[in-house]
Amino acid sequence: MNINIRGISKRFGDFTALHGLDLDVASGELLALLGPSGSGKTTLLRAIAGLEPIDGGRILFGDTDATRLSVQERRVGFVFQHYALFKHMTVLDNVTFGLRMRPRAQRPRSAEIKRRGLKLLDLVQLGGLEGRYPTQLSGGQRQRVALARALAIEPRVLLLDEPFGALDAKVRKDLRRWLRQLHRDTGYTTIFVTHDQEEALELADRIVVMNRGRIEQIGSTDQVYDSPSTPFVFDFLGSPNVLPGEVRADGIYLLGATAPIEAPNGFQPGPVDVYARAADFRVVGEDAAAIEGQVVETQRTGVLVRLTVKLAANQQVVEIEIPHPDPEMKVWLPGDPIRLRPAHFSLYRDRPPQPANITEDRSADYAAPGSRVRGQ
Amino acid sequence: MSAAPIVAAALSPRRPRSVLPGFGLAMGFTLSYLSLLVLIPLAGLFIKTAGLGFDGLVHVLGSPRVLAALRLSFGGALIAAAINAVFGTLVAWTFVRYRFPGKRLFQAMVDLPFALPTAVAGIALTAIYSPNGWLGAPLAKLGIKAAYNPTGIVLAMTFIGLPFVVRTLEPVLEEAEKQLEEAAATLGATRWQTVTRIILPAVLPALLTGLALAFARAVGEYGSIIFIAGNIPNVSEIAPLLIMIRLEEFDYAGATAVASAMLVISFGLLLGINLLQAWRQRRGT
Repeated sequence: MNINIRGISKRFGDFTALHGLDLDVASGELLALLGPSGSGKTTLLRAIAGLEPIDGGRILFGDTDATRLSVQERRVGFVFQHYALFKHMTVLDNVTFGLRMRPRAQRPRSAEIKRRGLKLLDLVQLGGLEGRYPTQLSGGQRQRVALARALAIEPRVLLLDEPFGALDAKVRKDLRRWLRQLHRDTGYTTIFVTHDQEEALELADRIVVMNRGRIEQIGSTDQVYDSPSTPFVFDFLGSPNVLPGEVRADGIYLLGATAPIEAPNGFQPGPVDVYARAADFRVVGEDAAAIEGQVVETQRTGVLVRLTVKLAANQQVVEIEIPHPDPEMKVWLPGDPIRLRPAHFSLYRDRPPQPANITEDRSADYAAPGSRVRGQ
Repeated sequence: MSAAPIVAAALSPRRPRSVLPGFGLAMGFTLSYLSLLVLIPLAGLFIKTAGLGFDGLVHVLGSPRVLAALRLSFGGALIAAAINAVFGTLVAWTFVRYRFPGKRLFQAMVDLPFALPTAVAGIALTAIYSPNGWLGAPLAKLGIKAAYNPTGIVLAMTFIGLPFVVRTLEPVLEEAEKQLEEAAATLGATRWQTVTRIILPAVLPALLTGLALAFARAVGEYGSIIFIAGNIPNVSEIAPLLIMIRLEEFDYAGATAVASAMLVISFGLLLGINLLQAWRQRRGT
């Protein structure tokens, strides 16, 4: 089912949690709401479910205006971070709860309810555990019970609020892969909230990056990762090195370089911030566009080696990652001189100062021109 | 790793010290303390009762006056506990779920029956509910006699039991995850279904505990009841008062016999409630 959100807003006292958001979710899509805590992602999810009354805007489920529907009438499957299982009921009773609560006229017969419950438990790979109580299950199993319970009502949309947040890393990884598979098999329109960029990138078809009650960027995983439209998105999807640069008539210069790394691309002349991820740097030989520095520290991380480099031009410290061993079999040691140039980078101007007051709305300042540039 | 350190440890004459030292001392103190305060006095009670012999015991406990007093004490306490279970739950729910002016004052008021000397409570209740009291007079016009009869006794028992239910339920209701209710709502459950299927089962253990405490307190209550009870033998005479009367008649064996009966019944009922709790806990609640 398509979900169309039109200008929804929500305030908690003085704090504006959602600033009139628009969002369209295609039927069968697996969408991630990604953002730091306080960005409004959970509020948005709860608003879609009807758990949070909204102050303005509309939510459409297909052709139905869901804004006026109660939580019960919306028929959404909601999975909570801490499972919210009914502890005094068996696993099967939990899963079939939604069916058993239906008005008598719409309720399937009890044998049918049981059959459907057992089938769902098979689907979430918990067959045989229907007689257990939630406290007798592991965290990953509990979350799968919660998911089966949400699926039992044949929801219009499946909403997951940080579904793996309370689980340890190994279980989380397994469940991600499994959820992806389940989504492929069942085809439910699914929206999940996460603050973990890795989780969003691995699981979602599309990612909505949120910040301070606004949407920073909506796009496929490739789009948000490779072409972040704002410094915030770039920052949130992997900590960047921010290098000072300058736009001149003949191209973009890094600080201290004597040749441009890139032809002019529409930016007005003046200073510019060059954002580049650690893995985007290449070690080069003689290259007038490169920046010079000195290796301060080396740290092996599996197939990569992480170098901390102090730049000669402004004493800035940057972190880069290069393959180990590097193509020339060079082993880097602290004190070695090094020349670098970013292979991929983004340019942003007017980086906003970090606001001191969280309720103050500065997100409009992020609307700076940004462009993702691919070097040679 | 070689086995050498393990062997060495096994050969060493000293056992490795526990990380929680002092078990012997702490346990010894606990046992003596409990013996002096609880076990020995209670054992004494039974020994004294045993002096009556079986026939004597049957004779004392079988007398209509004693039976009526026991029935009144336990029956009244059960009714009072049941009333508190219903209305105490409502009070606790109101305190936890809503904000209203004067909430802290009301919360302090719930604790009053804890803190008030029982005689003060008894006199206050009697003054209000006696046939010429503020509330007693209008009630009397409606044909309800609220003092000097079993109704008055249940009233006093309800009064002193209320805080037990409210105070045991409050933290549990507070803790009861709001998400459980939200989950039930998203699954289509109505408000009524949520309350009866989700919330009540979740707080039932605490409710049972509160009920047991309120009941135990009401059975043992003396001071606040005797003022409002009227103390008519066979009608409104509670068992603790009967014990007192027997003592004043120097009938020590008779007094201890009634006391033993109360002890055994109370113990049985509390054991039953605890077993119920344990049974529920085994089911994963």
